[in-house]
Amino acid sequence: MDALFLHRIHFAFTITFHYLFPQLTMGLALLIVALKTVAIRRHNERYNEAARFWAKIFAVNFLIGVVTGIPMEFQFGTNWAQFSRTTGGVIGQPLAMEGVFSFFLESAFLGLFLFGEKRLSAWAHWGSAFLVFLGSWISGFFIIVTNAWMQHPVAYSVLPNGSYEVTSFWGLLTNPWALLQYAHNMSGAVITASFVMCSVGAFYVLENRFSEQGRIFLRVGVIAGLISCVTQIFPTGDLHGRYMAKHQPAAVAGMEGLFSSAKGAPIVLMGQPDEQRQSIDNPIVINDVLSFLIYGTTRAEVKGLDQFPSDQWPAPLTLLFYSYHIMAGLGTYFALLMLVEGFLLWRGKLFQTRWALWPLLLSFPLPYIANTAGWMTAEIGRQPWLVYGLIRTSEGYSKNVSTGNTLFTLLGFMGIYSVLSILFIVLVYRTVLEGPSTDTLTLDTKAVPTTPA
Amino acid sequence: MGFIWFWIVAVMLVIYVVLDGFDLGVGILHPLLARSERDRQIMLKSIGPVWDGNEVWLLAGGGTLYFAFPWLYASAFSGFYLALMIVLWLLIMRGASIELRMHIDIGVWRSFFDGLFFASSLLLAVFFGAALANVIRGVPLRADGYFFLPLWTNWRVGPEPGILDWYTVIGGVVALVALAIHGALYLAVKTEGELRERARAFVRRFWVVLFAVTVISLPATIAVVRADALANYRAYPVMFVIPLVVLLSLAGIIQFSHHLADHKAFASSCLYLSTMLVGAAGALYPRLLPSSNDPALDITVQNALSGPHTMRVGLIWWGLGMALAIVYFAVVYRMFRGKVSLDGGYGH
Repeated sequence: MDALFLHRIHFAFTITFHYLFPQLTMGLALLIVALKTVAIRRHNERYNEAARFWAKIFAVNFLIGVVTGIPMEFQFGTNWAQFSRTTGGVIGQPLAMEGVFSFFLESAFLGLFLFGEKRLSAWAHWGSAFLVFLGSWISGFFIIVTNAWMQHPVAYSVLPNGSYEVTSFWGLLTNPWALLQYAHNMSGAVITASFVMCSVGAFYVLENRFSEQGRIFLRVGVIAGLISCVTQIFPTGDLHGRYMAKHQPAAVAGMEGLFSSAKGAPIVLMGQPDEQRQSIDNPIVINDVLSFLIYGTTRAEVKGLDQFPSDQWPAPLTLLFYSYHIMAGLGTYFALLMLVEGFLLWRGKLFQTRWALWPLLLSFPLPYIANTAGWMTAEIGRQPWLVYGLIRTSEGYSKNVSTGNTLFTLLGFMGIYSVLSILFIVLVYRTVLEGPSTDTLTLDTKAVPTTPA
Repeated sequence: MGFIWFWIVAVMLVIYVVLDGFDLGVGILHPLLARSERDRQIMLKSIGPVWDGNEVWLLAGGGTLYFAFPWLYASAFSGFYLALMIVLWLLIMRGASIELRMHIDIGVWRSFFDGLFFASSLLLAVFFGAALANVIRGVPLRADGYFFLPLWTNWRVGPEPGILDWYTVIGGVVALVALAIHGALYLAVKTEGELRERARAFVRRFWVVLFAVTVISLPATIAVVRADALANYRAYPVMFVIPLVVLLSLAGIIQFSHHLADHKAFASSCLYLSTMLVGAAGALYPRLLPSSNDPALDITVQNALSGPHTMRVGLIWWGLGMALAIVYFAVVYRMFRGKVSLDGGYGH
């Protein structure tokens, strides 16, 4: 197997698995702060119980996020040494800032949030939850800044030895690409958390167990879901897409399966791209829509792949096409579903409408798929570049590491992550079955009741 | 500027070893000192709220190293590829074992994670010690600035070294013993009753070993592995204070633990670890990763440092971030101060 391919799969596998967890961490942190705010403002102990229940799931989820996140930082050095050596002066900066500004904050206040409820006043405990939320969102920001520089390098200069240096600290942090990507990404994280919360809520209400808590989960989940699903499309997705069309036109052509430039370019809703014949099989298209979405007029010309030399085509092209379509298709479904659920909630009918609870029960895996597909769109769309227009992916990997070593550690990660997945599912399953109770999460055995065999 | 960033990174890693060192030590001692489920829980709870934050020093230190000395980061991490990946796996298993153990009240579930906690803590201590020894010994850097070391070759310090050879294994053993004692002293501070007595007894029994391996490691370094290890010391004789403090702090560990002054004994252990590492860093400077075959290929502070603007701006945000981090740590350690008890959390 070829070394470049293995290093790419190594990073792709570990980061895809990793990001299943932080997206829930970041979204759920916000929802827990919301629950705790309502609990204090309305003096409603039910909302505190809800926050405690979600804190248990948050703790397990956070842990897996942390332990699978550590390898990410180190893989820049182990597997992408040449890339790290030349660009470390730029992207090392947000990565180091993530450690200094976010991880210290998160780790310190997570302990207080999970173990300190009895010792802290209500507002102090709210504060610890808020700081955990803040830490996780700061962490997300620095990662996006890192990725955004690779997507759209700004504020840099090249030193005589060929390495890159930051010319403007604020320029790096306020990269327009980073701000758009951050908004789109965080909204996506809230969608995941909303769907997970709705799913547990729907389960409790449909099962008629802990249904009082179930209704709280549904109310908070649907409201947060409605807001995040709409902002995911407009304005964040819309603006991000247009910015991308301007700065990575080849990626957009690949995403849309637009092989040749066209005025009044159509949007392909579904189809199977054929790279050899440069066409799309079984296309379902709507004319003019793509031009309108990007330029606001149906007559504008959109550049197709024919405008770019084939060594600058994003690859694998078909996977890019499907990733983007899965993301966009699911995003549309989320918004429509949440509009219906939001309407029922507003009319006070949601909890009795069983047919409307079923899709909420079953849809929780879909935001994970959509977020993963979105990131695949970004990362495959950037190809063949590691840093867009500056460094090719084929130039960045560690040439001193043999393929035997890379495959060994890839298989090792796959094995360990399989075990982590099973542990995670078992523990969350138990937590959901046990349901919300008044126990605080402590290391005390008495507070962790055993399920009868 | 290079001097400042060298010591910034060094100090972050020293703090990491001192802080995460005691919770690694608790892991190493877990099967030795705990006699009952209650003991096991108390030992885990003594590090429960802080281990994660302690580990952040490794991440933050690693990130700082990355942006200050990208070439070092790239070369060392890819060159020590397999060892680093094993360290990552151990960190994953250790984190999982600490946090997941208490979730299910089934004997075999808990025993499994106890075993994992012990094994991963022990191996991490050995790997960290061996890592430092590798940096002191040097690696066969090539002209392109990279190298690759297998885990082991013939266990000799020769032209084709492995990550593990007799010298780096000594480094691993020093770390293992030092962190076990460090953990025992921490437990003496944080626990009461029989568990505390067992922790104290462990220190009284094993300080001889720590003394022995510390004394062996010095001539092994100077006489066999790195003849120029004392060059900086000869140029600045005031640096000989550092090994002197190492010995004094060792004496402090012994003396204070015989007088049951647990806090002072633990402080001596912190001092011991810090001065051992600072002594090594002082001998290394300005080299970051020496070449084992040609000094002209050394990765040094001067040739690996990032651009000047990056480093200037870095000082500002790093200072700010550290000030915040120290505040967080003060809050957390204050909240969870005092002896561990299983009912009602921490404190008296």
